[in-house]
Amino acid sequence: MAIFVTPQTRVLVQGITGSFGAKHAQLSLDYGSLIVAGVTPGKGGQFFEHGSHKVPIFDTVEEAAKQTGATVSAVFVPPPFAADAILESADAGLSLVVAITEGIPINDMIRVKAKISSGTTRLIGPNCPGLVTPGEGKDSHGGCRIGIAPGYIHKKGNVGVVSRSGTLTYEAVWQLTSRGYGQSTCVGIGGDPVNGTSHLDVLRMFNDDPETEAIIMIGEIGGAAEEEAAQWAGANCKKPIAGFIAGTTAPPGRRMGHAGAIVSGGKGTAEGKIAAMKAAGIAVAETPSVMAETLLKLWGKL
Amino acid sequence: MNIHEYQARELFQKFGVASQKGKSAFTPEEAEKAAEALGADQIVVKAQIHAGGRGKGTFKNGFKGGVHLCKTPAEVRQLAEQMLGQTLVTHQTGPEGRLVNTLLVAEAVDISRELYFAILFDRETSAPMVIASTEGGVDIESVAEHTPEKILRLPIDPFLGIQAYQTRKIAAALGLRGPLMTQASKLFTALYRTYVESDCTMVEINPLVVTPDGRLLALDAKFNFDDNALYRQPAIVAMRDKAEEDPREVAASEFNLNYIGLDGNIACLVNGAGLAMATMDIIQHSGGRPANFLDVGGGATKEQVSAAFKIILGDKVVKGIMVNIFGGIMDCNVIAHGIVDAVRETGLTLPLVVRLEGNNVEAGKLTLAESGLALLGASSMADAAAKIVAAVSAA
Repeated sequence: MAIFVTPQTRVLVQGITGSFGAKHAQLSLDYGSLIVAGVTPGKGGQFFEHGSHKVPIFDTVEEAAKQTGATVSAVFVPPPFAADAILESADAGLSLVVAITEGIPINDMIRVKAKISSGTTRLIGPNCPGLVTPGEGKDSHGGCRIGIAPGYIHKKGNVGVVSRSGTLTYEAVWQLTSRGYGQSTCVGIGGDPVNGTSHLDVLRMFNDDPETEAIIMIGEIGGAAEEEAAQWAGANCKKPIAGFIAGTTAPPGRRMGHAGAIVSGGKGTAEGKIAAMKAAGIAVAETPSVMAETLLKLWGKL
Repeated sequence: MNIHEYQARELFQKFGVASQKGKSAFTPEEAEKAAEALGADQIVVKAQIHAGGRGKGTFKNGFKGGVHLCKTPAEVRQLAEQMLGQTLVTHQTGPEGRLVNTLLVAEAVDISRELYFAILFDRETSAPMVIASTEGGVDIESVAEHTPEKILRLPIDPFLGIQAYQTRKIAAALGLRGPLMTQASKLFTALYRTYVESDCTMVEINPLVVTPDGRLLALDAKFNFDDNALYRQPAIVAMRDKAEEDPREVAASEFNLNYIGLDGNIACLVNGAGLAMATMDIIQHSGGRPANFLDVGGGATKEQVSAAFKIILGDKVVKGIMVNIFGGIMDCNVIAHGIVDAVRETGLTLPLVVRLEGNNVEAGKLTLAESGLALLGASSMADAAAKIVAAVSAA
């Protein structure tokens, strides 16, 4: 089943004509994902062409969704316009919006989150690599790739991966794939302090997903989302979870690249998160080199 | 981004937040004139640097104290002559200190009560939050720890903004009654506008003071701004003082690199913020000490890799470098060429360990091997960390 998206999910791309959006729309098409529409205001009626693909472009998300049956949007528009793009997709009634854009002002995201929390649209991100449900083909071809993750490192299987960081997710996925273990769905929830979907939201879904048998949860310093997820998992999650927290050596008060990765007022430390995860029975990898190994041991595969 | 105290006061004036009278001065003459214009009995002269601990600091010319009280414009001028253009060392500046280019000349006010008031972005509620306390002028974190009942927390609806009844509720909790309640409402509302319209993530007034003559004034302020919103805050960006920042971080930001200097001796160069943190962690786990955080981003170019090497090597404490790249979409061979060029350009002699994984990795490894450069390859992150730590300890 996977979570959020399946290979049949129909996806539209907001900002498909920008260089970043175009490049990743092409890679998703190559991966075999159903990119059925693009949205760029003012370019409605044109087409996004790539190989044998001819993707229609619309002026508005509402028109794109109505005419192509897209239910999910990938947002690649630049930061000043990204909050508006997310709200547009929510207004059009899409079930899921995946915001890749990095650098959206906090005040914009506060309003977006407050607005969509009362509706039916789920937001993943922003400032995230997106999500991948691997397919059955060679190098997991034929899956649903939304965002910027490399598709070929995946393999269809039964491990769910959730993370705030892009390259650290790829690292974990690659460790799994290299050892012959595939993934149900890999979800990047993003590195911003205001995001649409939390670790906890994703853990709940993995717990309910029959295809997911084990979970890797990757966090980093800042906030309390990992602690909250760990506490819930300790009491409710029936599946083995391995974790890793980045930023043990990060100096307090400094933002470590991600807007949300900061230890402030003694809160959000790696030590606190690791302790909460261990207390919940989550196996914490000592180094990022052994994320897969740590899971496989706990899962009884090694 | 941080701003100076005198700049915070400029923001207060713009938004109508009551504060003591004062003016910035860049020369002793300006300082004297500013003091004359104040017409106050007691004047405070404060060195403008971003670091704390100014009052107890010492200038490199031997003059003691970055904050002084005096009575006449002539005295202000004398003080200014000893402070301006001099380097002030405080417990937060490190031994190199900071050059003082600006002074704040302000009315010294008598204080009958010191309070605390802040507006900050609260992650848990994803909304602005007011924090207020009757215990001002002290470290608020210790108040929160020892007497949490003395701290009021009030979440603000981001659509409605702060409401008048909320400002009265806070004023009442702080014991600000009668005419002070009206002043408090006005000040809190103005400060909320400052917070939202300047895209702050924190505005902290500590202390917020009541004077014996019944005025409520924001005496000292600390601002944090949302870096993501700076593109629409040209007035705030204009307040940036690059002289107060780590020159390596300034250089890195010019190449869109994310660099933070640390105190270890093993430099690292990584793509992605999470992986960059994890690389620092694994260096430490392997017995070394990371010299920096450096994220070259997901789509790094050859030029960026080259600039990154120069920034790393600008830190003379660095004794070895670990490159850790997971090239998902990015071509490992492009990175490999970038590394080879950078090593040649900089004439690198320090140990260098390169771990490449991902897209086109075989070609990348071949490029490194055929370069004839004395660099070490690594099969995994752990292997790379072990190798660089061993190489640095052997040197």
